[in-house]
Amino acid sequence: MQKLSPLNIKKNVTEALADKNLQKAVLNATASSQDSREHIISEIPYWEELRQKTNNIKSRVINNLDTFLETFETNCKENGIIVHWASDDVSARNIILKIASDNDVKKIVKSKSLTTEEIFLNDALIENGIETLETDLGEYIVQLKEEVPSHLIIPALHLSKEDVGELFTEKLGIEYTSVPEELLQVARKNIRQKFLEADMGISGSNFAIAESGSFVVVENEANAHLTISLPKIHVAVIGIEKIIPDMESLPYFLKLLAPSATGQKSSTYVNFIGGPSRGEYGEGPEKVHVVLVDNGRSKVLQNEQLRETLACIRCGACLNSCPVYQHIGGHAYGWVYMGPIGATLAPQFLGTHEAKYSPYLCTLCGECYKVCPIKINLPEHLLTLRNQIVKDGETAKVESIGMKTFSYVASRPKLYNLLTTIPVVAQSIIPDGKSFSVPGYGNERPLPPFDKLGFKKRFEKEKKNEK
Amino acid sequence: MKVALFIPCITEHLLPETGISMVRVLEHLGVEVEYVENQTCCGQPAFNAGYHDEVIPMAEHFIELFADKEYVIAPSGSCVGMVRLHYERLPLSEKAYSKYKHLQSRIFEFTEFLVNVMKVKSIGGSFNHRVTYHQSCHLANELGIVSQPRDLIKNIDNIDFVEMENSSVCCGFGGTFSYKQEDISLSLVAQKANYIEATSAEYCIGADSSCLMNIDGYLKAHNMKARTMHIADLLAQSLGL
Repeated sequence: MQKLSPLNIKKNVTEALADKNLQKAVLNATASSQDSREHIISEIPYWEELRQKTNNIKSRVINNLDTFLETFETNCKENGIIVHWASDDVSARNIILKIASDNDVKKIVKSKSLTTEEIFLNDALIENGIETLETDLGEYIVQLKEEVPSHLIIPALHLSKEDVGELFTEKLGIEYTSVPEELLQVARKNIRQKFLEADMGISGSNFAIAESGSFVVVENEANAHLTISLPKIHVAVIGIEKIIPDMESLPYFLKLLAPSATGQKSSTYVNFIGGPSRGEYGEGPEKVHVVLVDNGRSKVLQNEQLRETLACIRCGACLNSCPVYQHIGGHAYGWVYMGPIGATLAPQFLGTHEAKYSPYLCTLCGECYKVCPIKINLPEHLLTLRNQIVKDGETAKVESIGMKTFSYVASRPKLYNLLTTIPVVAQSIIPDGKSFSVPGYGNERPLPPFDKLGFKKRFEKEKKNEK
Repeated sequence: MKVALFIPCITEHLLPETGISMVRVLEHLGVEVEYVENQTCCGQPAFNAGYHDEVIPMAEHFIELFADKEYVIAPSGSCVGMVRLHYERLPLSEKAYSKYKHLQSRIFEFTEFLVNVMKVKSIGGSFNHRVTYHQSCHLANELGIVSQPRDLIKNIDNIDFVEMENSSVCCGFGGTFSYKQEDISLSLVAQKANYIEATSAEYCIGADSSCLMNIDGYLKAHNMKARTMHIADLLAQSLGL
């Protein structure tokens, strides 16, 4: 499996920018996602009210998360759901491996879940001899390619249909085709059989409802529905921030999620899981487990300002809107969560050393804040995190000294005026019209030459001429 | 009506003509213009790079200089955004903060001042060229200035205004981003230059000199036809000032 690290961002970015096919695939996909999103939300006049409403609901949950989690656990138990708590990725993996070994599980089907990517679950299951298959089409492709998703919603967004055709030929031995419908049929045939063979299904969850002790999985392919309902055992891996208070809150989130994620009015399937099969109709799993994963989230809670970032519903709208993501794709971020939200969560989950470059993959253009359905102020949080990185001494020495000097000089106008004459003097020895070459800024867009007079002197001249 | 000029670093040292154009347009509209001595930098480069403590002395200096002015006007959305929105988050001294609250509601970006404060809809004048418009991110997303510059441009006689595709997509400058992430920055400005080229415009108008400097540098270095022009320069030229 592809191993990523945000410490490799520089190298990742260089590689991503050199890959013109990747850039084309990402630009096309994000542009079309943005178009459909805009089209759909233009038909929802109360969009802004919905954003504020869900932001308020999520704030209430995040500020009282312990109480909401206890309520969720109590009500889950009442419904016959077995609840586990995982403080980190290791304990989450061990809990799931134990459920598998206790039940002699040999084959697992999975529906799309970023939380399971975050805890490196697939590798652990496979290493323990359990056949594990991703059943979401994009995840299936990415798993075949031994990669990780490059987008929160569209895991194989970085691949073209030709890439997928070649992959299927290589891994599945089919005759090459790049016709999406034909590729889909190949995948469907392979996956369908596995649903029937699996002893355990693993899903994530979009919303865990405290009051009812149930959880929701939103999807389009019905693969989550089959993952949840066919195998005897179901395990849902849920981040502790996924809580919403009650069933009444849910429609607000659903109304925002589909347009933001896929530009649909609503998702094709919304699965409600309220416990194991009660036998009346014989459908559904015999046992339902919920693994509540912390893995850094309670650390995020400690900062009153930054905790808003836990309100994210992983719709991917911020990725699609981000000019940086559009040009480098998801893998360059070096972590399971990418784009503006990934750059915001990385230093909080991984620490400011490992993620010292992440919040700087951003021009601060503000598009992500504009599109975020929960109205998370991502640019502001990125600025706060950059400040934490500086405070933790994780920026380059030369930059830190430079900024301190800049601050000293720019708050002393006489010194500032004196020092800013240096480039003007330097300019006077450079041939007319030529400019400085600034290292790291690039000769591909040279700066204009420094003006010999500068605004202040020109303004004084202007005033004299008037008189 | 009297305004104090807040001249950003790029305007002071690299593109001072834009500042002069702004002065001429304001004076043409009967506004008295004052240059405040001893102004330096608002601190935005340091702030955006994460050096918030370092910004405090710069911010307090800025506030001290401009606090008692009736209006403060700058030809830059991002510098105004820095003062209007981000100074708010700094741990300023109590004295500086109370002065800042007064300043906060009196600092305006140039086109915002013309349209929202002075209620100018059309400046008059004529400009017989095809132009397009780059919407700077901070101008639009921080200050909400979207229609003001466009209206001022469209109301010039004989101007041929064409919207480019994705006019609101970032040009890739982003202050320190332009050297910290030079390659991404170049990839973004290349895309922006292509959008401009596709309109066949002679000029790409904008309201932030930093974006325009970035775009113009790229257009020139790649022998592309269009040039950038700050909206203050466009208005001054149209009026023959």
